[in-house]
Amino acid sequence: MIIKGKVWKFEDNISTDLIAPGRYFHLRTNLPELAKHVLEDAREDFSQNVQKGDIIVAGINFGLGSSREHAPRIIKLAGVSCIIAKSFARIFYRNAINIGLPVITLKEADKINENDVLSIDLSNGIINNITKNEEYKFKEIPEFILNILNSGGIENIIKEREKNFFLEV
Amino acid sequence: MGKTISEKILSLHSGKDVKADDFIITNVDIALVQDGTGPLTIKEFHNLKFNTLIPHHSLLFIDHASPSPRKELSNAHNILRSFANGGNAKLFDVGEGVSHQIVAEKFVKPGNLVVGADSHTCTAGAMGAFATGMGSTDIAIAFGTGKVWLKVPQTIKIKLTGQIQKGVYSKDVMLHIIGDIKADGATYKALEFDGDYIHNLSFEQRLTLTNMAVEAGAKTGIIPTDDITKEYLKKHNREKDYIEIYADNDAIYEQILEYDVSKIEPQISFPHTVDNVKNISEINEDIKIDQVVIGTCTNGRLEDLKIAADIMKGHKKHKNIRCLIVPASKEVYKEAVKEGFIDIFIDFGATIINPGCGPCVGVHAGILADGEKVLSTQNRNFKGRMGNPLAEIYLSSPATAAATAITGKITDPRNFI
Repeated sequence: MIIKGKVWKFEDNISTDLIAPGRYFHLRTNLPELAKHVLEDAREDFSQNVQKGDIIVAGINFGLGSSREHAPRIIKLAGVSCIIAKSFARIFYRNAINIGLPVITLKEADKINENDVLSIDLSNGIINNITKNEEYKFKEIPEFILNILNSGGIENIIKEREKNFFLEV
Repeated sequence: MGKTISEKILSLHSGKDVKADDFIITNVDIALVQDGTGPLTIKEFHNLKFNTLIPHHSLLFIDHASPSPRKELSNAHNILRSFANGGNAKLFDVGEGVSHQIVAEKFVKPGNLVVGADSHTCTAGAMGAFATGMGSTDIAIAFGTGKVWLKVPQTIKIKLTGQIQKGVYSKDVMLHIIGDIKADGATYKALEFDGDYIHNLSFEQRLTLTNMAVEAGAKTGIIPTDDITKEYLKKHNREKDYIEIYADNDAIYEQILEYDVSKIEPQISFPHTVDNVKNISEINEDIKIDQVVIGTCTNGRLEDLKIAADIMKGHKKHKNIRCLIVPASKEVYKEAVKEGFIDIFIDFGATIINPGCGPCVGVHAGILADGEKVLSTQNRNFKGRMGNPLAEIYLSSPATAAATAITGKITDPRNFI
């Protein structure tokens, strides 16, 4: 899978409270409406201006906090194609994988700037920074997880295998 | 090769001899959702065309926005109610309390595997169980198949020794640990608590430690079982659920961290991250507080309310403070009435909120105004957590919160003990 897009930069410790604020709790059953407020407490300009295919690049512990799957879902709904961070909180990480939103751990995330254009080869672990003409390698994504991402999310795997996914692995 | 508690429980539940870093598919005993995550789980359950609930216990809790403050959430609650009525899921409706407290009181057994669409599901690990938070889709799959996918975590052993000072509690110990290893210090890992401090610690205070494991990024926090575990089960008429759960002597740990708890003093977590922790003696300025909250899944148990009541007795709250008390469950509430704690709170000038998550999630029951400061016994202080990104959240033990409610500014509880 190759992903290409323009970068939005975020800081360290972007919590799920910043991604999907509790004051919009009542919109959790209306994800398109909730997506209009995605990350607005972290960057006011993001939700209005994010374009389909854009990439989020952040610091450490992205997605810490609550288990709300609505957080990665509204990031995906807003058009984001991939999140790169120095590290991820684990529930956010697995939620993103389960819904088919690629998440990449990259120690060198600081080298990437706002508005850089990246091309990401997910299977081979390579990020090409087209703007800067740089290449970054990330640790290969385990096959188990890559399989879920390539299927577009765990939902599709379960449907394809007629609910037997968990019997066959 | 010896096994950690996580490796033992996950081997038993997956039917394979597993070790850290393995990807596994495993059976679960208990799967739960709450009103914030449950509607999406139910939507996915139907979308995936599941019909039957497989886990031994499939539990639904209306605890986050409970009772509902607005119509959208009332409708969301009804999604959970209809689902419970249509199948075998058990519903805990308005007034029953926080999921994690009810799971501890009524459901989790030593050796269980518990998954929940709530990050603080790890609380149940105090029972010698592997308990971890996941997403709504994960729990839809757990409901429909009885299974989840997991990566077997490496384990950090936290050895706690020494005699704790008066006025210092497990909440202070956990804030101290998180301040030390930071909010990502245990990401993807299990925390196994052990040492003589643990084996002399009440079960209720143990739940505070495991509750906050996720605030260090951990997948779960686990405490081996002992006579105190057995006593807790007995108190809840579940003595027969007891089995011994402990790690092998030659288990392999990612690291072992040791803390002498006698050196720990009351801790305060400053805005806006849980790991922004200071010793109370290091605070040289007056931090005026507008609202104090005592309760939640972290510190809303009977012992927590007793600690607060003992400090508040004979005092009145500071005139500028709103003091909110939130028992973690109906059972805690009833006991607190019986013990006379609620009388003390009312005389003190506190407001008692029904059992549930209370104001912690930022949807109701005490949202802060712009620029206000709250001191809460909850587990999180992220910007916006309590409904207003322009407010500041400080975290502490129930004792520090009670002392602060008397003086109106962050106060060392040892002045009142």
